[in-house]
Amino acid sequence: MIVARTGNEAMAEAMRQINPDVVAAYPITPATEVVQLFAKFVSDGKVDTEFVPAESEHSAISACCGASAAGARVMTSTASQGLALMHEILYIAAGLRLPIVICLVNRSLSSPINIHCDHSDSLGSRDSGWIQIFSENTQEAYDSTIQAVKIAESALLPAMVTTDGFILSHGMERIELLNDQDVPKFLGERKVKYSLLDVDNPITLGPLDLQDYFFEHKRSEIDAMNNVLPIIEKVQKEFGDRFGRFYPVVDEYKLDDAEVAILVMGSTGGTAKVAVERLREKGKKVGLIRARIYRPFPKSHMLNALKKVDVVGIMDRSDTLSTLGGHLYNDCRSILYDSDKRPLLKNFIYGLGGRDITIEEIESIYENLFALKKAGKVDKDIVYFGVREE
Amino acid sequence: MATLKELSHQEEKFVGGHRACPGCGATIIARQVLLAAQQPVVVGCATGCLEVATTIFPYSAWNVPFIHNAFENVAATMSGVETAYRALKKKGKINKDIRFIAFGGDGGTYDIGLQSLSGMIERRHRVLYVCYNNEAYMNTGIQRSSATPRGAHTTTSPAGTVIPGKIQLRKNLTEIIIAHEPAYAAQATIGYWNDLITKVRKALDADGPSFLNIYSPCRLGWAYAPEMTVKVTKIAVETCIWPLYEYQDGKYRITVKPKEKKPITEFLKLQGRFGHLFKWRDDLPIKEFQAEVDRIWERLLKRSQAD
Repeated sequence: MIVARTGNEAMAEAMRQINPDVVAAYPITPATEVVQLFAKFVSDGKVDTEFVPAESEHSAISACCGASAAGARVMTSTASQGLALMHEILYIAAGLRLPIVICLVNRSLSSPINIHCDHSDSLGSRDSGWIQIFSENTQEAYDSTIQAVKIAESALLPAMVTTDGFILSHGMERIELLNDQDVPKFLGERKVKYSLLDVDNPITLGPLDLQDYFFEHKRSEIDAMNNVLPIIEKVQKEFGDRFGRFYPVVDEYKLDDAEVAILVMGSTGGTAKVAVERLREKGKKVGLIRARIYRPFPKSHMLNALKKVDVVGIMDRSDTLSTLGGHLYNDCRSILYDSDKRPLLKNFIYGLGGRDITIEEIESIYENLFALKKAGKVDKDIVYFGVREE
Repeated sequence: MATLKELSHQEEKFVGGHRACPGCGATIIARQVLLAAQQPVVVGCATGCLEVATTIFPYSAWNVPFIHNAFENVAATMSGVETAYRALKKKGKINKDIRFIAFGGDGGTYDIGLQSLSGMIERRHRVLYVCYNNEAYMNTGIQRSSATPRGAHTTTSPAGTVIPGKIQLRKNLTEIIIAHEPAYAAQATIGYWNDLITKVRKALDADGPSFLNIYSPCRLGWAYAPEMTVKVTKIAVETCIWPLYEYQDGKYRITVKPKEKKPITEFLKLQGRFGHLFKWRDDLPIKEFQAEVDRIWERLLKRSQAD
């Protein structure tokens, strides 16, 4: 069914069709709508879900942990400060191997307080053991939300699917919804090996784990994350085979014959594709790389993509405040260390606090990359694009 | 009323071999509470002595399903477990009648976990929340909490030459919980085991959230000999330091009324944490504490006689 939906509406629709056993959530701009639309589905009897309107995001994710440990299929939604408040429990959810799914609307972290998009919230949680899937558009957000449930439950790791705050969350797009009955069929029921509700086979979950076992348990969690990419690819393929929409781990756009490329995450991918089209019309060999999966980091896919071009402009909608630039930039520099071919890299930190990025601006970045290619070296490794420096 | 004979025949749901201190009140509470439960239970525990001493991997003292999440969120975690139970029961995936019990110390309940507990009760999750109240952060080495009484020495309210221990009075958490109108709330302690067990059963039978504030001596933090644990709780009740009462259906009831109300010094003198008060330059800290105990007891008497 073709419909017009905002990102928040699309994610709420996905949740309705997933029909989780439990949703525990707390409203926060710009993710509030996901929670309130879902609450209405509950009130209207359109889902069987038990809804926990928690008194904070910390309690929301804590309740999600309890419910998931009890064998339920569990989802929530949040943004920005809400995710930051969950931070402590994100690690616990992953460590306890609870396949919770968060519909995350990316919004900058305070301070200064701001309600608009950048990626500092989810990237601030990058080391928490959660799978992170970024969306270019509303269709992808919807599809990824459904896929994420299956990925998380297969990997026994929690997952967050993100949309860019306001840009996608509140922007209306044409999307194709799956049939209501197809979503539960695709997902199947959650299968649990251990449940808190199995009172005849009691388990102790979350025990104190000291020097003699902690490391092995952490290692097995790391191992689980190491094994996630094949699961993602399998689920993406199953989804594509069944519904006709195929997704890559790393999205390559007009990359094969490109000389220079930019690397982005989120909705800027869509804007950049238009810039690529325009420049291609002028005969410029430009390409685009989009990281759809950020955690686990798709090392080999990303290396293959980066190596196809001579210069890559890495666009980060976040900064690590470490003097080292943005997250993607650091990840890519790291994986290129052992590479036989290393393109020139330049980091463009952009769009913090929701500052808009236009097609023309992205075109200007490509122009800059061509200049670097000509010079054979990078003038300045990290630049803050679109900021008033004085 | 439970009998010792009946209880002694019951299968232990919380077993020995754990690493709590000798004379620990918290583990006696865990055992008594679980012995009282007549239905299968799922337990959640906040970070704290009880969790740390009973679940050191690969050992567990819990013969019931158990989850520890973090310090401040056992009420929220158990809200989730209880909600999953309702969701899965509705779908026919669970057919057992199960009860849910959350344990937290006073740190995890009075202070860092108060919001989470308030939310759990307001949302009416059918969970029994048990606060094992030892009146300080004992797990981290005896720091003050909002449950620590006036004058008590802790490492963050030390008895010094200028300040005689904790300056402030205790927070009355039981009354804060009662203001939430739970299905059942009570204060209990281990020295009155039958009173405690009766209260656990009432709480688990109540159709809604329930709360037990159980006085839990800590021989290390309170500084007394380990064999005195039960005696300390009896004197706490006889001095009205820890009144035993319950609240249900809008009514207060004192469940154990001391024959003769003893002065709080009878309680204080048993414990090293109050030792400095007897050498202090004046009796102001003891007087203030006594006045507060009297005021709360009088109010409780009035409330229990109302209607």
